[in-house]
Amino acid sequence: MLEPKHVEGMHNKHKVFLYTLTTCGWCRKAKALLQELSVSYDYVDVDDQEGSNRELAKEEVIKWNPACSFPTIVLDDKDCVVGFQEDRIRELATE
Amino acid sequence: MRGIADERVAEVWERLVLEAREAGYCVNPDDTFARELVRGLLENEARYGYRACPCRLASGVQTRDIDLVCPCDYRDADLDQYGVCYCALYVSPEVNRGEKTAASIPDRRPIGGPAAEAKEMEQVRVAGLAFPVWRCKVCGYLCARPQPPLVCPVCKAGKERFERFM
Repeated sequence: MLEPKHVEGMHNKHKVFLYTLTTCGWCRKAKALLQELSVSYDYVDVDDQEGSNRELAKEEVIKWNPACSFPTIVLDDKDCVVGFQEDRIRELATE
Repeated sequence: MRGIADERVAEVWERLVLEAREAGYCVNPDDTFARELVRGLLENEARYGYRACPCRLASGVQTRDIDLVCPCDYRDADLDQYGVCYCALYVSPEVNRGEKTAASIPDRRPIGGPAAEAKEMEQVRVAGLAFPVWRCKVCGYLCARPQPPLVCPVCKAGKERFERFM
C-alpha cells in the first residue's frame, strides 16, 4: 500500500498528485513551485519506496506515463503532466 | 534524504566543475541546483553502489543501468539538441553564458533501457589493424589499443562504458 504525503495549500480546487524522485532537480522544482503558489498536493517519492511498494509505485506511474519519467503529475485523476512544465503548474493557482 | 554531508557534496561538485571545464563541458551555472544534483548522485551511490542519474529511476542492477551512470550515454546528444542533459547537471556553453535557459527535456533513453532493444553496434571490420579500436559510449572518444583505457581521458567514463568500434 502506498502512503502518499500531503502538502496543504490555499488552492485545492484540483486534485494534484505527484510521482517524484527525492534526488531529481526537476521534481524538487515542481514541489517548490506548488508550495510557493500554495497549491495543495499529494506525492509519492518512488525511489524511497521499499520492497513491493516500489514496484507498485512504478506500475502506477507507467499507467499514466509509459516512459516512467519524473515528475509525473496527475491532475484530477484524468490529466497527466510529464516533466517540470512551469506554465501547467502555474495554471493550478489561477483557476 | 540519506544524509550526505554538505562538505562531501561541495567537494565532489568542485571536482566535477573542474573536470568538466578541462574536458570542454559545462556544469549548470545555477550552483544550488547543480549541488543538489551532485547530492542526488552521491545518494544514489550510497543506495545502489553507482552514481545513477538523479532524475531517472535506477533498477539497482548496475549492468542494466550502466547507460544511466553519470555522465550518461545520452548527455552529449541532449546537449547538442536541447542545451542541457536530462537532469541538467551539464549544460551547453549557451546556457552556461545565460543566453538560453535550462528546461526540463524528454528522456531519449529507450523505455526499459537499452537492453530492451539490445543490438550490437555495427562493427566495421578492417583487415590488418594492428589493434582493435574502442569507442567511449559517453563522448565518442576512440583509441586503438589491446584493451580500452581504465578511464576515458576525455569524459572520465569508466572502462565498462567502452564498446569495440573496429
